[in-house]
Amino acid sequence: MSTEVNAIQFFSGFQVSDLWYLAKGAGGTIVISAIAISVGTILGCLFGWALSVSRWANMTLGSVLDVFRSVPLIIQLLLFFNFLPILGLPVGPFAAGTIVLIFYTAALVAQVARGGIEAVPSSMRNAARSLGMTYWQDIRYVVMPVGLRAVLPAWTGVALGVLKDSALVSVLGYIELLRASQILVTRTQEPFIILTIVGLFYFALSYPISKMTARLEQRWQYD
Amino acid sequence: MIELKSVEKKFGDITVLKGIDLSVEKGEVISVIGASGSGKSTMLYCINALEKIQSGQIIVDGIDVHADQTNLNELRRHIGMVFQQWNSFPHLSVLDNVALAPKLVLGKSKDEAYSIAEKQLKHVGLGDKLDVYPTRMSGGQQQRLAIARALAMEPDYMLFDEVTSALDPELVGEVLDTLRLLRDDGMTMIVVTHEISFARDVSDRVAFFHQGVIEEIGQAQQLINDPQKERTQQFLSNVR
Ligand SMILES: Nc1ncnc2c1ncn2[C@@H]1O[C@H](COP(=O)(O)OP(=O)(O)O)[C@@H](O)[C@H]1O
Ligand SMILES: [Mg+2]
Repeated sequence: MSTEVNAIQFFSGFQVSDLWYLAKGAGGTIVISAIAISVGTILGCLFGWALSVSRWANMTLGSVLDVFRSVPLIIQLLLFFNFLPILGLPVGPFAAGTIVLIFYTAALVAQVARGGIEAVPSSMRNAARSLGMTYWQDIRYVVMPVGLRAVLPAWTGVALGVLKDSALVSVLGYIELLRASQILVTRTQEPFIILTIVGLFYFALSYPISKMTARLEQRWQYD
Repeated sequence: MIELKSVEKKFGDITVLKGIDLSVEKGEVISVIGASGSGKSTMLYCINALEKIQSGQIIVDGIDVHADQTNLNELRRHIGMVFQQWNSFPHLSVLDNVALAPKLVLGKSKDEAYSIAEKQLKHVGLGDKLDVYPTRMSGGQQQRLAIARALAMEPDYMLFDEVTSALDPELVGEVLDTLRLLRDDGMTMIVVTHEISFARDVSDRVAFFHQGVIEEIGQAQQLINDPQKERTQQFLSNVR
């Protein structure tokens, strides 16, 4: 009886080394989210700009982006991961997950960026141009700062969402925080402890983002 | 000199300017009056090519504004414009609002740009607001900021599009005073306005717009006090 209990505890106990394993999983989440958020934001800004200047882009690019925004991420991941090899382009889980997540992020950011550009009154842009500024000077020194301030909260929402959604990349077998926790739960049968720790990890990753943007927002308040 | 020759402007199928002829001499102040929708703003936008024209010509100091080879960014340095909405850049301090274009467009150093900006802000009576953010200021102050911002490019011409229309009544005076100041400096100005007595007292000539044409134009006192055309008489009796 007592040996059996010991054996179970030995088998299933949560150990300090498991924390390290979770931390490595968190590392996976950080890497894939950081790439997706940064590259996706840059792409998304370009897309958003295109949407705002051209009706043609709005129809074509706009509908492509709509697909990325509306098809569930998990389906995009599985389709992309399983179909590329058929085309003779084998990709690993990390590459496939990153690429899909980048475009997913870009599709969401494009709407935010377009909103930011459209938040700048056309008369303000006319004022900038009437001072002799070029199109790109107006974009760089007026539209970007004014628009960014208008949509920073929305962008923060996208970034935090992507951070959490990156957990779905685990369906491809990429080991990130959620996947690492599932492996541990299976082994230890201690979901409560592990999921609590994982929750704390996600919080620790999100908190700096929301804190940083909240501080920017405060600094940028027009008063 | 600004010359408009048979200028036509359409938005889609609608002709908004139906052959405008106007010439503005150096040092002259022209006020433009007329009902809302008669094309006054559109004419100003065409003069610095914020809008294209469909036929006719606009010539500023010998340069054909709407010719393909015209460098518009270069042209616009010489033509300041102030709008109905004051359009302060909300992310920049008052000083930076004014210094931005001299830095970017004229290539001035930071110090030079700041000293130009400070000079113009003092000129319009905002010398004590340099470090303030514009959203902290009244509409009248922001409109004077917009004027200083345009003046910092040292333009040869200034276009004003109903710069007092969005202001609370008690703030109109300070902006009109600033326009008077510019007139006294000898600035060449086209002023679209609903302030009839301002048009009469401050401008050399007044043009009355009606449905995309200049219905009547003449010496300011004469046109306001003794209009010849029936439509001008009607308009003036309605706004009084
Ligand atoms: N960007 C635009 N697109 C379509 N129509 C316009 C545009 N801007 C002005 N208009 C039309 O052109 C006419 C003249 O407008 P505007 O020049 O603003 O008149 P005003 O300044 O005398 O009130 C109006 O009928 C207006 O609806
Ligand atoms: Mg108007």
